[in-house]
Amino acid sequence: MITARVVGEVVATTKHADLSAQKLLLVQPVDPDGTPKGQPMLAVDVVDAGVGDRVLVVDEGNSAAQVLRRPRGAIRTVVVGVIDDVESPTEPTRG
Amino acid sequence: MRFARVVGTVVCTEKVPAWKGHRLLLLQPTDSRGADAGRHFVAVDLVSAAPGQWVFYVKAREAGMALPDTDNPTDAAIIGIVDDMREAAFTPEPLGRASGPAQHPPGATT
Repeated sequence: MITARVVGEVVATTKHADLSAQKLLLVQPVDPDGTPKGQPMLAVDVVDAGVGDRVLVVDEGNSAAQVLRRPRGAIRTVVVGVIDDVESPTEPTRG
Repeated sequence: MRFARVVGTVVCTEKVPAWKGHRLLLLQPTDSRGADAGRHFVAVDLVSAAPGQWVFYVKAREAGMALPDTDNPTDAAIIGIVDDMREAAFTPEPLGRASGPAQHPPGATT
């Protein structure tokens, strides 16, 4: 899973049957400090995320099929969570 | 899934049986604003896209899973034509709680 920010919405009338009735979001992968990493990509939304939200994205087909509750298909990128908070202490925590 | 522009058609008379009935298109990958990003490649067309159109594609195993006959060697498939794209301005901000609207009420335990 990667952390990302939702930066847009995509409308596509003609699309693969696996994508019908699915909301498509444009997500920009980001570092924990918010720095963009790489190109934005398209993801199917299952958590009702919106533009500006910090989200968790899976980019792997089997995981995508599991969260969509269907057999494996054309979808591999899915927004699976809205991030409330990321804590990253600079020093490793000792147990 | 990423964006690309269709720049040509590839004609193959002899091809893998699973690709029968599908066209092979030459794609120029682009970024979310339509600017070229990377090298051309060939993808199986599943949405009847035409040269000049802005599309999105899927790569790796999911490209093969998108075809009716999933026993195939596809590594890229066009799965949608972009009608409209609304992209908001991106302002980098940390993922932590301090900066965002998604705050817990005071005193809440996590």
